[in-house]
Amino acid sequence: MTSQSEPLLRPQNGGLYCSAGDFFIDPLRPVERAVITHAHSDHARRGHEVYFAARPGVEILERRVGTKKTTPAIHGLEWGEPVRFDSVEVTLHPAGHMLGSAQIRVESDAPEHEVWVVSGDYKRADDPTCDPFEPVPCDVFVTEATFGLPIYQWDEPAQIFKQIREWWLDNREAGRPSVLCAYSAGKAQRILAGLTEWTDDRALIHGAMVEYCDIYEAAGISLLPTEYVTDMDPDTDFAGELILAPPSAFGSSWMDRFDAARTGFASGWMQVRGIRRRRGYDAGFVLSDHIDWPALLKTIEQTGASRILATHGKTDPLIRFLREERDLDAWDLDDAFGADGPYPEGADIGWEASEDGGGGGES
Amino acid sequence: MRRFAELYDRLDMTTSTNAKVEHLVDYFEEAPPEDAAWAVHFLCGRSFERPVTTTQLREWTYDLADVPEWLFEECYITVGDLAETIALVLEGRLESATDEDLQLHEWVERLKELRRMSERRQRESITTWWRQLDTQGIFLLNKLLMGAMRVGVSSGLVTKALSEVSGLERPTIQHRLTGNWRPSADAFEQLVSDDTADVDQSRPYPYFLASPLQEDPDTLGDVDEWYAEWKWDGIRGQLIKRDGEVFLWSRGQELITDTFPELRDAGSMLPDGVVIDGEILAWRDGQPLPFSQLQKRIGRKNPSTAILREVPVSFLGYDLLEVDGEDIRDRPIEDRRRELDGFFADTHERFRLSEPIDADSWEELAEMRDGARDHNVEGLMLKRHGSPYRTGRKRGDWWKWKVEPYTIDAVMLYAQASHGRRANLYADLTFGVWDREGLRAEPGDLVPIGKAYSGLTDDEIAELDDWVKSNTIETFGPVRSVPPEQVFELAFAGLAPSNRHKSGIALRFPRIKRWRHDKSPDDANTLSDVQRLLEDHHGTVEADDSEPDPEQQTLFDA
Repeated sequence: MTSQSEPLLRPQNGGLYCSAGDFFIDPLRPVERAVITHAHSDHARRGHEVYFAARPGVEILERRVGTKKTTPAIHGLEWGEPVRFDSVEVTLHPAGHMLGSAQIRVESDAPEHEVWVVSGDYKRADDPTCDPFEPVPCDVFVTEATFGLPIYQWDEPAQIFKQIREWWLDNREAGRPSVLCAYSAGKAQRILAGLTEWTDDRALIHGAMVEYCDIYEAAGISLLPTEYVTDMDPDTDFAGELILAPPSAFGSSWMDRFDAARTGFASGWMQVRGIRRRRGYDAGFVLSDHIDWPALLKTIEQTGASRILATHGKTDPLIRFLREERDLDAWDLDDAFGADGPYPEGADIGWEASEDGGGGGES
Repeated sequence: MRRFAELYDRLDMTTSTNAKVEHLVDYFEEAPPEDAAWAVHFLCGRSFERPVTTTQLREWTYDLADVPEWLFEECYITVGDLAETIALVLEGRLESATDEDLQLHEWVERLKELRRMSERRQRESITTWWRQLDTQGIFLLNKLLMGAMRVGVSSGLVTKALSEVSGLERPTIQHRLTGNWRPSADAFEQLVSDDTADVDQSRPYPYFLASPLQEDPDTLGDVDEWYAEWKWDGIRGQLIKRDGEVFLWSRGQELITDTFPELRDAGSMLPDGVVIDGEILAWRDGQPLPFSQLQKRIGRKNPSTAILREVPVSFLGYDLLEVDGEDIRDRPIEDRRRELDGFFADTHERFRLSEPIDADSWEELAEMRDGARDHNVEGLMLKRHGSPYRTGRKRGDWWKWKVEPYTIDAVMLYAQASHGRRANLYADLTFGVWDREGLRAEPGDLVPIGKAYSGLTDDEIAELDDWVKSNTIETFGPVRSVPPEQVFELAFAGLAPSNRHKSGIALRFPRIKRWRHDKSPDDANTLSDVQRLLEDHHGTVEADDSEPDPEQQTLFDA
């Protein structure tokens, strides 16, 4: 690995481009061949000619990038199934972020014979709705750093589901509905699956979640029984019900039907009191689909990578920590391709900030 | 401590005053009295001597969590609260939490013991507790260790909750909490005890409040039926002397005797069994000083000799509610005034009478009112001859006839999202005036002159919000800068020199009078225009250094 040769991947079109294999990873602008880590909108966009994604995530991706008129061309790959793009080989490995979320391993042929792994979004915490993350040895590890500070340390998810159930029961006793905000694809299903350990009561779901729930159930993941809110008479008495809604519904007129509702939000951002307070929910549940600080450090060590490229979130503290405390060659993904980085050739092409940076995204 | 931790969480997570009071009531009803006493102590923001320094707490955290100092600082910036940052950074480094749940007062005892320990033993104790508590417990322990419990609760809210718990009136609780109240089970029982003999002697009467006169004074009938006085620009207060003790109450029913020791001392010369309604004013050389001077005294208990000398105060009596221990509020105002005039001003040089103003016509009074600013007063008070001292804001017998406020035309510079009913609407505005000569900025720039949010209709606010959103230049957190195109007429009650404002001037109670769609930004006023107003109002454009926090302006509901 020398800084003179063309890097295996470099930022382009809002994603990462592999010139040796002529394909993109998670590009934001339409390209010919796109390898997709997972089906959240800041990673999977409409308009590419051919998609490659992990087999368990194909249906969600189809739902995300398809339109009424067109069915996108998606190649589903089994975990570890090699696919060759010119002089590189690509395999997908579970990332544990949501159903079908993948890390992308890219290996170049000799003489460079280099392995890069792009983590996408990932976590190490228990999640019955997807295959667990597996560390993949590599030379360069491109990791997310959404929660890259030591204040982010997640409790056991089982604890959080218990808290949610207790909150739901407290509200039921007070004759109130419980509206829990969570992202529609992934987080909502994780909650519905996690709650099965505590109850088999039904939950009501927002329209944005219906198809995703169907896809998860079709994949054999057991969720609480659900009912679609919009199918119900708005004059229904919702007291005692749990309603799952996307955060965008919070404060909208859709909420008006839930008289005297208590509101909650399930997200890693809920770890900090000030943020809980500012967001205005009655309750915050610290449930994240991203990697927390200790697991992030452990994962980096397990990959054995000598170079770390960090992206998403506030990467500076992580990079400084890895350099000073772990003696690793760590870079912010942007800076790595800048004039002072190890891959200066790509300096003129910036990696676009993802839309969920800075506290807002699917977390 | 779990019960208190739960209370803390509930208080922390709501902005509703009613909900806060509700949570406090729940807590006070359930908590053991000794805990409740300490909760009162901490929530009222009373001090607790720190057993260790925050530097020590930080250093022990770096070691225990294996986090370098710079990284801890990064975390602190994100979290914004030191006690919480420590708790979060320590999470996961901790051994299994014990089920032991010590009461709040038992923790207080532990912390008191810490004060007597060596640093090594302090560190051992605290790090052991940190390992045993859960994150919320560590957070609260840290709050106690840091001696500060700011959770958006004032002593006013605590008093309100205790009043609900006990069924006692708020001044009773307030009175019991003043002075040397020390937390203990007995002290709490006594705080909510319904034997009120201890406080009856200090109890003020409810104030009679004047209504603003908006109609022409002719509508009040003949001028002879009215008794006129200046409307003083100070702090309304009741001065009480009973059983040899002096009490001074603000209009917000706060006991402020300790804030004005010179009035307490003068009051000791009053005859026993009197209650005087009047105004506290900064006063020098036979003249009231502007309210901005009096502000320096507000909120300072046991003020220094220096400040006592710098801003001397007087009490202007305008009504007598009790004499010889007898409630005389039903007697006509002339009677009450005659009694008051008979002794008050002669008691002490700090006591003066609010003199009646004689006039033969409303025109004459109107003229005097227009000159009110020259006397550092706000306008006139009109009180009906023969009227009793009523309770609350009963319209009809007492009117305040204020001078029109000052107005200027200013240009909107920034808009901020509001809270409450107007949440998320850009209705909280910052205005500027032109600094043509470059007095405080580059010549020809707009210099910020003040913020205002009230005064627009809901429709105007909606229109403004649209305009702000589609004309934003830059966004800084909740604040957006906008092009200097919109002109507003601002009205304000007064103005004072200020070093904390770039313009060098602070407006008092500014509000938006009108959106001047008819004016172009060039028509807005200049900084020198405003400086001229200031000179007329205040006599100087130089700021004092010891300017208090403007938020204290409303402390006494003056």
